[in-house]
Amino acid sequence: MTALTQRTIDVIRKNEGSLLANWTANLDATGVSRDARVSLTEIEAQTREFMRLLASNARAGDTSISGNDWSETRTFLERLSRSRALQGLDSQSTASFIFSLKRPLFDLLQAEYASEPADLAPQVWAVSELLDALGMHTIRTFQKSREEVIARQQEELLELSTPVVKLWDGVLALPMIGTLDSQRTQVVMESLLQRIVETGAEIAIIDITGVPTVDTLVAQHLLKTVTAIRLMGADAIISGVRPQIAQTIVHLGIDLQGIVTKANLAGALELALKRTGFAVSKAN
Amino acid sequence: MDGSQPISIEQDVVLARQTVRRLAIECGLRLVDQTKLITAASELARNTVIYGGGGHMDWEFVEEGTRRGLRLVFRDEGPGIADMKLAMTDGWTSGGGLGLGLTGAKRLVDEFSLESTPGVGTRVTICKWN
Repeated sequence: MTALTQRTIDVIRKNEGSLLANWTANLDATGVSRDARVSLTEIEAQTREFMRLLASNARAGDTSISGNDWSETRTFLERLSRSRALQGLDSQSTASFIFSLKRPLFDLLQAEYASEPADLAPQVWAVSELLDALGMHTIRTFQKSREEVIARQQEELLELSTPVVKLWDGVLALPMIGTLDSQRTQVVMESLLQRIVETGAEIAIIDITGVPTVDTLVAQHLLKTVTAIRLMGADAIISGVRPQIAQTIVHLGIDLQGIVTKANLAGALELALKRTGFAVSKAN
Repeated sequence: MDGSQPISIEQDVVLARQTVRRLAIECGLRLVDQTKLITAASELARNTVIYGGGGHMDWEFVEEGTRRGLRLVFRDEGPGIADMKLAMTDGWTSGGGLGLGLTGAKRLVDEFSLESTPGVGTRVTICKWN
């Protein structure tokens, strides 16, 4: 097991300023600091903070970063990769933040140990191991933060399930959005039926403007829902049938005869109002 | 073939539709033809999952003279179709669907071919020209 010597740590501490300058130059060369999502001042603050932590936390004879000495550095890196994950940066740019410090450090060691090449190799190895460990730590945290983001988005998608809205007395509308052939559809349709019972609505409009594809499974869901709505004594209107969807339904051979369909929601509402005995007129 | 993607679970049907949408736009198909091809692909991809137990969708751009087209192949190693004539009958289904998937898909595209060997698998090839 190779370990950092006091001499290496001293030379790092002594050259903090030049290391920082070289590191920033290196970050710039690899394009890490040119990403618009991370401001230059932010990167400068981060590099300065990391250099300070590295110089003060490094102990002779120690390359493991799991100890107490490194807890401050670990917290800093966790915060860094978390903020980058949230900003939507990839793991590569996050990891290269640490890895681009390698060259300046190696150059420094090379100059320091120029006359003792036998001592150089173990020290380069030790520094490399240390930076690898720190880099891996950022990637691990990055991954974890990303997974948290994905988990949150999945929950948000479930929350997104379309609401049943009341358009008028006795008229409900269900604006469907996205994929209509999932489990979610079943849930949404059931909630529509439930709302019909609760409100005693006479007409339910299912709007499929936001549904990109209507295939046989989607049609089957729609047909079943319309049948269920009728069994409950209400009427159903399907609106938002765009020209390309209409042509596709014809070719598929789906029989929608007996189901009232409209090209848009406005047409459906107009019909619904007429059926419930309302007339809309312009006020003078 | 220009590309391929697996179709193993229900969610893959959605991904297959998105891929076909992207390819159809790239191919220069009109909106109506895009929608027809996507719908046909949706039917066949779902068949691959439900009846074939999962498989793949391959695609390639084809050219003939001045016209361009998109060819899609849906293949699985499932139980296969025992009675092809019955399978190509409107309204017949071995599952719980409307029984219009295969025949409907055929009507939505310009070229359609169905090969199936019981115990070996099924392969459906469709093509839409612009």
